[in-house]
Amino acid sequence: MVAPASPPAARRGPLGGLASHPSLRVLEHDLLVFRRGWHSYMLSGLSQPFLYLISMGIGLGLYVNRNGGAPDGVPYLNYVAPALLVTQAMMAASFESAWPIMSKFVWEKTYLAALNTPLGATNLLVGDLMWISFRAVLLSVLFFAAILALGAVSSPLAVLSIPVAVLTAMAFAAPIMAFTATQKTDQPFNVLFRFGITPLFLFSGTFFPIDRLPLFLQPLAWATPLYHGVSLARGLSLGRVEPLADLVHLAVLGAFAATGLVAGRITFRRRLAL
Amino acid sequence: MAALRISPPLVLIRPTRMVERNLLVYRRSFMVIFSGFFEPLFYLFSMGFGVGALVGSVQLGDGTSVSYAVFVAPALLASSAMNGAIYETSNNFFGKLKYAKIYDAVIATPMSLADVARGEILWALLRGSLYVLGFLAVIGVLGIGGLGLISSPMGLLAFPAAMVVGYGFAGAGMAATTFVRKWQDFDFLQLAIMPMFLFSGTFYPISAYPAALQVVVECTPLYRGVHLIRALTTGTPDVWIAIDVLYLLAMGTIGLAIVSKRLSKLLLA
Amino acid sequence: MGPPSEPPAALVRCTRAHGQYHPGVPANATPLDSLIYARGLTKRFGSFTAVDGVDFDVAPGEAFGFLGPNGAGKTSTMRMIGTVSPVSAGTLTVFGLEPAHDGARIRSRLGVVPQADTLDRDLSVLENLLIYGRYFDLSWGEARRRAVELLEFVQLTERSNDQVEPLSGGMKRRLVIARALINEPSLLLLDEPTTGLDPQARHLVWDRLYRLKQRGVTLCLTTHYMDEAEQLCDRLVVMDKARIVAEGSPRQLIERYVTREVLELRFRRDEGETDDSAHLVGQLEGLAERFEQLPDRTLVYTSDGEATAAAAFERGLRPTGVLVRRGSLEDVFLRLTGRSLVE
Repeated sequence: MVAPASPPAARRGPLGGLASHPSLRVLEHDLLVFRRGWHSYMLSGLSQPFLYLISMGIGLGLYVNRNGGAPDGVPYLNYVAPALLVTQAMMAASFESAWPIMSKFVWEKTYLAALNTPLGATNLLVGDLMWISFRAVLLSVLFFAAILALGAVSSPLAVLSIPVAVLTAMAFAAPIMAFTATQKTDQPFNVLFRFGITPLFLFSGTFFPIDRLPLFLQPLAWATPLYHGVSLARGLSLGRVEPLADLVHLAVLGAFAATGLVAGRITFRRRLAL
Repeated sequence: MAALRISPPLVLIRPTRMVERNLLVYRRSFMVIFSGFFEPLFYLFSMGFGVGALVGSVQLGDGTSVSYAVFVAPALLASSAMNGAIYETSNNFFGKLKYAKIYDAVIATPMSLADVARGEILWALLRGSLYVLGFLAVIGVLGIGGLGLISSPMGLLAFPAAMVVGYGFAGAGMAATTFVRKWQDFDFLQLAIMPMFLFSGTFYPISAYPAALQVVVECTPLYRGVHLIRALTTGTPDVWIAIDVLYLLAMGTIGLAIVSKRLSKLLLA
Repeated sequence: MGPPSEPPAALVRCTRAHGQYHPGVPANATPLDSLIYARGLTKRFGSFTAVDGVDFDVAPGEAFGFLGPNGAGKTSTMRMIGTVSPVSAGTLTVFGLEPAHDGARIRSRLGVVPQADTLDRDLSVLENLLIYGRYFDLSWGEARRRAVELLEFVQLTERSNDQVEPLSGGMKRRLVIARALINEPSLLLLDEPTTGLDPQARHLVWDRLYRLKQRGVTLCLTTHYMDEAEQLCDRLVVMDKARIVAEGSPRQLIERYVTREVLELRFRRDEGETDDSAHLVGQLEGLAERFEQLPDRTLVYTSDGEATAAAAFERGLRPTGVLVRRGSLEDVFLRLTGRSLVE
């Protein structure tokens, strides 16, 4: 666990003397754990979206392009690549804010041990949220490199889809962490993923435009953060900036992240108040 | 005079005890089983109808042209049978074997390890059959609605065919699990399953590949399953479906034999 | 009895001391009139020999115990009897059947209480018994009838519908015992049935096992608790280092390997005083058959402790503490398996 006793100068963690803020110490602890096993994390985190990119973008793309391509004649690979960049960040962040956080409350009780130090509930929430975002950055940069290598980018603005992916990750991670703090078992996560995350992956405009959805489902898609993340990243990646729409996308993502953070502050404090 | 009772031989009865045990367990968490029913349907709607509109029509092996939904539905059925069988025989079976130590108690009873292996595979198939039936029912209803995802009465055979696919993967998955030491090892299993799901002619015809790669894909078990079920639902069977069935049955049976052997090594020291 | 070539040193010593040597096995035992019949029974794991050519018989209706320190080979022997561990060499029959060929038939008549509880955590207390009954081909109705009765027997009726995990160690052990009885076995194997339980829980388990014995159930158990062996066993074998080193009823073993009474003498040893145990034993010489010098006291094995103590005083010895007690299985155990810790 994070040792509070030694003065900051004497600490020899991955962040060195920088880790003076309490929340950063939580991040530091996570980094220490991550030093073991980061390769298997990256492998399982990146292999799935990458395989989807090849199968859908290139394989299926052959047939889509033969039929006129994605809307506006965009090659299908260029169409799905930014969407997969955002969905992989969402998937990883959703997973990380469910089971591993549950473990810190219930199974390994890391949080309970941390409370014996000067760290407070909010530090734990913010620290682990930063940690999840950090990994979203890592995975997104690598996945973006793969997209570049496949030549699936139409505009230099595409590089901005990396921060969009990370913001989308936070828009999912913060509310799910807040939810996790209210749960006693991991059973609800199965429902959350089967009826929440998987349908979002399939129906939020990742593989086809949402105007293909039945009319009554379209407002539902607008209400989800993934749709906004995918639309924003796709626009940037294809070099189309629509200031007003993009601001709305950003605002929705920011609102989800901020609301999640506020809710998390409440649920974390409630859960960890002994 | 005692009534003459004809009871089936124990070799058929005993495996069902494992099914009974699992039913008792899942009675309390029915949602876990129930929720599995929706995943293939989500994929069907997303791929078949959403992406399908972008793809238009696809040519089958015999040259007939079908809508993308007709093309992808049987593949999703085969993939769902595979995923269900693998999920049950990997994580779940491993948990029971290594952590819950369910079988350590079973071996002290007249049940044999072959009974245990057959029983767990039977369970995986029964659980899978729920999803297959649900999926087929939805396809059938869509057919009545005029979408016609099954274009042949042979489509009824898709149910036993999906069971054959499930059997093949359940046997192989369980055999693989007996060699697993820790949870992280399942990442490697996923590295085998995920590419099969995405590249075995599931989402587009394998004619997209160069000839050499086509041969490789044709040798994968999921390709055989997809080929089998697609031939039945589209009414385009060829002699290869006999190979499909034999391949998958052999895979399951060899897997089962390995499981019995490995279990006695693991449990009867 | 024991290894064919030469008996262990401890046996040789006591044989000489008593001038008689009891073979461990009745000469007339056959595979047919013993529930368990073992000759030269051996279990090897690679190059390690866990059980090294042991001979024993368990007769119907008796309570038979394997007594020995950890690692003596007790559990391996039990697992072979339970047909969940293949025999490496020698002969073993259970109910006159061979484990390798008739494992399922043997297990159908056997009740097993393993060392680790192996309960099904995903099922309730009652369901654990029901499904276990199903493994023995009982009908659901019959399984339920017996389960209810057995839960009553082990005093767990109120916990029938609870999950297993929150039960205490003693309750879990009672549940495992109930589970082992679901097939109404004629032979019950218990591997360290009370290890880790508190005194109340142990006595409850002993009480239930005693009742089973009275009903005619044959008990075969392992333990490293002397009181347990004395309470429960009609006959026991002491195992050490994969072999059987002694056999008999608790009383016989005490008579054979120790004495009826043990006199414990304590002497004050002043600061800086050199060890004079040799001198001490010299002074005691002739008072008793055997002495043992421990760091804090001297044990004198004798048939009459009071008389020996009086004789010691007559010789001018002035112990600070004198205790006369009956010889116990613990004395037998320590004599046969040594005092040094085996890990």
